[in-house]
Amino acid sequence: MHPAFSVVFFTTATGAGYGLLALLGVLAGQGFIPPDFWLGLTGMGLSLGLISAGLLSSAGHLGRPERAWRAFSQWRSSWLSREGVASVATFVPAGLFGIGWVVLGRTSGWVAVAGLLAAIGAVATVCTTGMIYASLKPIAQWHSRFTLPGYLIFSAMTGSVLLNALLQGFAAGSNMLLAAALLLTALGWGLKLATWRYNDRLEIPTNANTATGLSGGTVRSMEWPHTEENYLLKEMGFRIARKHSAKLRLITQALAFALPALLLIAAFALPWPFAAASSILSAIAQLAGMLVERWLFFAEAKHTVTLYYGR
Amino acid sequence: MTCLPAHTDKKLGLVIDLDTCVGCQACVTACKEWNTGGHMAPLTDIDPYGGNVDGVWFNRVHSYEHMTEMGGRTVNFPRSCLHCETPACVTVCPTGASYKRASDGIVLVDEDKCIGCKLCSWACPYGAREFDTDVGVMKKCTLCVDRIYNDNLAEEDRVPACVAACPTSARHFGDLGDPASAISQLVAERGGVDLMPEMGYRPTNKYLPPRAHTNRAASVPAQALQPMRAEGGFLGWVDRMLSN
Repeated sequence: MHPAFSVVFFTTATGAGYGLLALLGVLAGQGFIPPDFWLGLTGMGLSLGLISAGLLSSAGHLGRPERAWRAFSQWRSSWLSREGVASVATFVPAGLFGIGWVVLGRTSGWVAVAGLLAAIGAVATVCTTGMIYASLKPIAQWHSRFTLPGYLIFSAMTGSVLLNALLQGFAAGSNMLLAAALLLTALGWGLKLATWRYNDRLEIPTNANTATGLSGGTVRSMEWPHTEENYLLKEMGFRIARKHSAKLRLITQALAFALPALLLIAAFALPWPFAAASSILSAIAQLAGMLVERWLFFAEAKHTVTLYYGR
Repeated sequence: MTCLPAHTDKKLGLVIDLDTCVGCQACVTACKEWNTGGHMAPLTDIDPYGGNVDGVWFNRVHSYEHMTEMGGRTVNFPRSCLHCETPACVTVCPTGASYKRASDGIVLVDEDKCIGCKLCSWACPYGAREFDTDVGVMKKCTLCVDRIYNDNLAEEDRVPACVAACPTSARHFGDLGDPASAISQLVAERGGVDLMPEMGYRPTNKYLPPRAHTNRAASVPAQALQPMRAEGGFLGWVDRMLSN
């Protein structure tokens, strides 16, 4: 599948943004994070900024963005429509929670309820994003049991590493949060390795024989219907060399998991300004690594239409 | 609405005979010619005379080499929308632009509602949908809805353009939901198959596999040349002179 930058950026940014929003909604709403104005403003600005930038980027990917409002109508059958509804609906409790926590400096009563609702909305939105990909049968690497947990865990992972960077930056960090961010990073790493292992051993029942209805023997593509690449090949026929794939997997592991984990471990031991710097660096490295991971998620996914072209 | 109809009154579709298709591309050009002025018009071409030709087509003919223990053969393979009974291209559509008609089962796109998110083309395992980068919407085979119900055409012309154009009658059109229809009988007789049945999309269109190889050709050799009866006259004289 063609790794369009708008979609790669969208899933990475909204994943981190919703992860951060969910954690802020629960932890700040329950009084675990002090209602400091600048901390709150930076945190809510970061999470809603990432979410909004991601959503705008995905809208830019549309052929007719001016009709995007129509995408809220088919929530009964379409995961993409459900994602649209959930993402917009989440802005309501998130906005109320932001006003209550940041502007009014409150963490009790309706502010706590709004925080919880924002967290529920964030998790629901990430689920719908994951299901868009997990529900696509023609792409075996996505139509697997790893896709939805992947979206959820990566969202929690990037969100917690961001929250840790935020709190460390305001000298309000805790070892508990550092440990959680480290644990989630390790969990994400494990899941990614398991996903790659599963995809590399994937044996799909669909082949050139079932695609053409010609049973038995071998079916070899002799001639394409066109001489140049068409929409199908540009969009779904994207191929990546095995050596590049191996190298990019290493870069993903280094940037998204190994380096952030080391920097988080270092933050345990370092005094304040250095622990903050280390935490912020870990968040930046992880987001860069996740962009590579998401690029590979698309580049390594193979659509069944490529079988018609002998690929 | 992108929820699928529980039942369609008819299951209109195509049956394609892989035994007789000669890969002449007549169906491809006839389709393009009709549909670039039809329901989903235009079928945009980008840089048609340049080095990076691209464009929207509803029907594409591939050629394959099928090798079995009985030998090899060339199979020409037209690929277009199969108007599936459970088309995920419809259910994934967020806007309601894609729909399956309850009356005849045809899968269509309402161009005025399409936002061009391309998700339907990802959901189709067969590559039936092609994005029009110029208009910004998705396009696909309409089974020539603007021909098959068109009272302005003579009755024999009320078939999809590809079917009308096929010089070897490799393409057949009809109601595959009616077991008594000529097209259903043909599928039953020739053992028509679904493409990628394991995907579970339940395509309406069926493909007739090439007939089995036979040894008939080898068992009927041409007659050996026979000596000619001696002729009289001038030609006979020439023949005698040359034979000496």
